[in-house]
Amino acid sequence: MTVIPPPPSDDAGLARATKRFLGAAAAEADVVYAELDSPVGPLVAAATTLGLARLAYRDHNGGLDVVLDTLAARLSPRIVEAPRRLDAVRRELDEYFAGARRSFGLPIDLALAGPFGREVLRACAQIPFGATSSYQAVAAAAGRPRASRATGNALGANPVPIVVPCHRVLRTGGGIGGYTGGLGIKEHLLGLEGVAL
Amino acid sequence: MVPFQRFFEQHADAVWRYCSAAVGPSHADDVFQETFLAALRAYDRRRTSASPAAWIMAIAHNKAMDHHRSTGRRALPVAELPEIARADPEPVLDAGHWARVRTLPPKQRAALTLRYAADLSHAEVARALGCSEDAARRSAHEGLKTLRAELLP
Repeated sequence: MTVIPPPPSDDAGLARATKRFLGAAAAEADVVYAELDSPVGPLVAAATTLGLARLAYRDHNGGLDVVLDTLAARLSPRIVEAPRRLDAVRRELDEYFAGARRSFGLPIDLALAGPFGREVLRACAQIPFGATSSYQAVAAAAGRPRASRATGNALGANPVPIVVPCHRVLRTGGGIGGYTGGLGIKEHLLGLEGVAL
Repeated sequence: MVPFQRFFEQHADAVWRYCSAAVGPSHADDVFQETFLAALRAYDRRRTSASPAAWIMAIAHNKAMDHHRSTGRRALPVAELPEIARADPEPVLDAGHWARVRTLPPKQRAALTLRYAADLSHAEVARALGCSEDAARRSAHEGLKTLRAELLP
């Protein structure tokens, strides 16, 4: 039986076609993402048409594949890599880490947070650069003063850390509390903002 | 359902080989682009039980057929040979085979391209073409018979 050998491989052609496709796909996908480097380790940023929906500490969150699988399950599987679409996020983060930015102007999509989580994150976003608050105070600002445990959980599940500054929330009495990227990063961010622990 | 980016990375190579074989190197880029854009648009409606390879190749096959229809097969495959020879002198014989495959009747052409360029099993070829496995085998067999008569005298 004659078997036809496959056509000659043409890696350069495939690379060109891939680049062209991903460029066009960025405009049609529900979620676009990029991997970013930062002083606190590699990040994965993902945005919907509404804004930044996820900023993950890649290694602390199980790696790129796990981050993307979660986005596929909870937002949409129509996800493509589109570094250019995350340029504004990269720029504002670079400025923040360089000490040249004290607040973020990025549009944010809190689709990954539940209804109470959104209230908590909105309250948290009001804490200014270099200041800190307590779980109790954030719970009160979110409208449920007795729900400081639920508030801690909501902050721990913050889909967009750094940009929504959950690192500024400490335990009443000054304990550092927890952090979604590990306590070392929380300390790094507070140090960057000049908070003495 | 796997994130589309990963699905794309898993199937880009096979779709590219299929497109190169089905419409020739100078049009593969366009058919590849249309195939994956259509896949992205329909991705969240895909039945996850179906073979992903057969699903994407069915789309690629439809886009290749659209291409053949729109060009009315005016682009003679022979005209593309010098370009292939320049790009990669070694496998001219392979390229020649695929140029001849593109002149076969549609069913034979589709069965051979999906089987040997996209590396699908006969069962997956059948699923991609919406025919029975026997019919897919028969089309591939007839295509090979024609090629053997023409190419290996």
